[in-house]
Amino acid sequence: MKTVEEIKAAIEAAVPGAGVEIVSNPSVSAQHSLRLKPGCAVAVATFLRDDGDLSLDYLSNATGVDWPDKEVAEKVKVTHTVTKTVDGREQQVEETVEETRKRVVPGCIEAVYHLYSVAKGHGPVVIRMKTANRRTQVELPSLTPVWRSAEFQEREIFDLFGIVFTGHPDLRRLLMWVEFKDHPMRRDYREPDDFEYEPTAHDEVLKRAGEHRSREQGHGNRE
Amino acid sequence: MAVAENKTEKPEGWNRPPVMKPDGEGELLEVAMGPHHPSTHGVFRMDVALDGERVIRLKPVFGYLHRNHEKIAEGINYLGSMPFTDRLDYMCPLTNNWAYALAVEKLTGQAVPERAEYLRVILGELTRIVNHASSIGFLIQEMGASGTPLMYAFKEREKILDLFEELTGARMMCNYMRFGGCRVDATPAWLDAVRKVLAGLPRFADEFENLLRGNEILMARTQGVGILRPELAVNAGVTGPMLRASGINYDIRKVDGYGLYNRFKFRVPLGEHWDVYDRFMIRLLEMRESFGILEQALKDIPGGPVMDSKAKLRGFRPKPGEAYGRIEAPKGELGFYLISDGGPNPYRYRIRPPSLINLTVLEDMCLGNNVADVVLIFGSVDIVLGEVDR
Repeated sequence: MKTVEEIKAAIEAAVPGAGVEIVSNPSVSAQHSLRLKPGCAVAVATFLRDDGDLSLDYLSNATGVDWPDKEVAEKVKVTHTVTKTVDGREQQVEETVEETRKRVVPGCIEAVYHLYSVAKGHGPVVIRMKTANRRTQVELPSLTPVWRSAEFQEREIFDLFGIVFTGHPDLRRLLMWVEFKDHPMRRDYREPDDFEYEPTAHDEVLKRAGEHRSREQGHGNRE
Repeated sequence: MAVAENKTEKPEGWNRPPVMKPDGEGELLEVAMGPHHPSTHGVFRMDVALDGERVIRLKPVFGYLHRNHEKIAEGINYLGSMPFTDRLDYMCPLTNNWAYALAVEKLTGQAVPERAEYLRVILGELTRIVNHASSIGFLIQEMGASGTPLMYAFKEREKILDLFEELTGARMMCNYMRFGGCRVDATPAWLDAVRKVLAGLPRFADEFENLLRGNEILMARTQGVGILRPELAVNAGVTGPMLRASGINYDIRKVDGYGLYNRFKFRVPLGEHWDVYDRFMIRLLEMRESFGILEQALKDIPGGPVMDSKAKLRGFRPKPGEAYGRIEAPKGELGFYLISDGGPNPYRYRIRPPSLINLTVLEDMCLGNNVADVVLIFGSVDIVLGEVDR
């Protein structure tokens, strides 16, 4: 099988402006991956599927990974011009100080796809895409038109991570119920205090019972 | 069905289910099959639109058994997830253990002693026999022969589960594999017990094959029903016996040669008609191949430790990185995708469930068939809801 570098070169020859980036994997598995630009992802995916040498016709696994915003503290050398009294005179002196600055590295949600070839028997080739941020720009192109096996898996990512796949034929929640609001697999997800907050007929009954009880208490005829 | 005959030419939407039009007479009937339908093997719903008896739309609804196993696993250490994997596909706990152990071993580069690999192969193939036998039993039950043929399968299954219990301490929640080997060694007496059970299995397979080959009603109901075209099967990520019944030669035991499968001689049965009948014949033939693998493994199993001496159980922290490991589970490709950030818990823990992904093509196979056949086609996918919903 081709190495990731060769696959990158092949993609860039076939899809101009694809801008593929290699993400190296430091573990012993050495499954390095290719990060695609969301704009060209469908074209690149179609190339990977239909190319004669690669023929990655089988999308095995599609999943999401959440990378929250990270606060990084880094030491920076800063040069200030300070007024100092040197030898009895006031002078402008340049002074270098080390300062700790805090910087927020914006997070993203990543979609990871593992591709294999049934025709050639090789794999995996790992491709990934990331969203611009975690809250407002969470759209990525859907690869379901290229590989049908992404259909339920992308629905699951949408459900649990909140990536909106544009071009998906049937993007609905897969595992959680329709009225559910949050995305449980995000790392900052907080489960509600009452787990039974799914709107049910039960709530209405409790509300009516409460009203009834307060009315009875007002009349003073409660046992 | 508008599917391109030629593989290179792929028109827009070629891999989508076709749009079925009602014939215009009478009204459409929408039926919710499930979540407590006897054919669904658990809690699962199919929203079916019927035009008379004909299915014109089918949407599966999941999530009744969802417990977010992946989130739980991100909160506990690596080894702590091992007992949870038993609960995914509770018909075949040992292959789930194996897939997870394999993924972690890929992540850390952990070696596995030879005897442990042999034990894994033996247990994996016994699990395959359990799964395939019960799934054929369920098929016959779903056609109306309630109980008896399924109990034939369960009789053999019980013998194998007794072996699991003797070795691991539990019939179904085995929790047996570890990263770098297996938890306890098998005694010579246990291996003899396996040989004894194995000696009786071919007779059972013959009996079952007579049921499948000689029963006219069964053949009339299953042959030519629920056809899955090979190019769609590959594109939809269908794996396991379903894929091979569509005539695609893809068995991860052969392709990846994980464990010690390169050492064993076995054949990969393939279907020619791509229908429900083929799927069950493939399962039966795979069972027979498993007998062969078991015989070879029981003959060659060496002595030695079952746990690598360098394997770390306490303070297990893989180096940062990621790995995807997969095996040929009885239902299809079972994979685990792990990301480590160097901590004691996995940063990301993902299960690739074969049961869920094989259901992608359920609508394609059912459209245009009678509603009674939906039960059979669904049964031929062979799912367990513990794995679909996770």
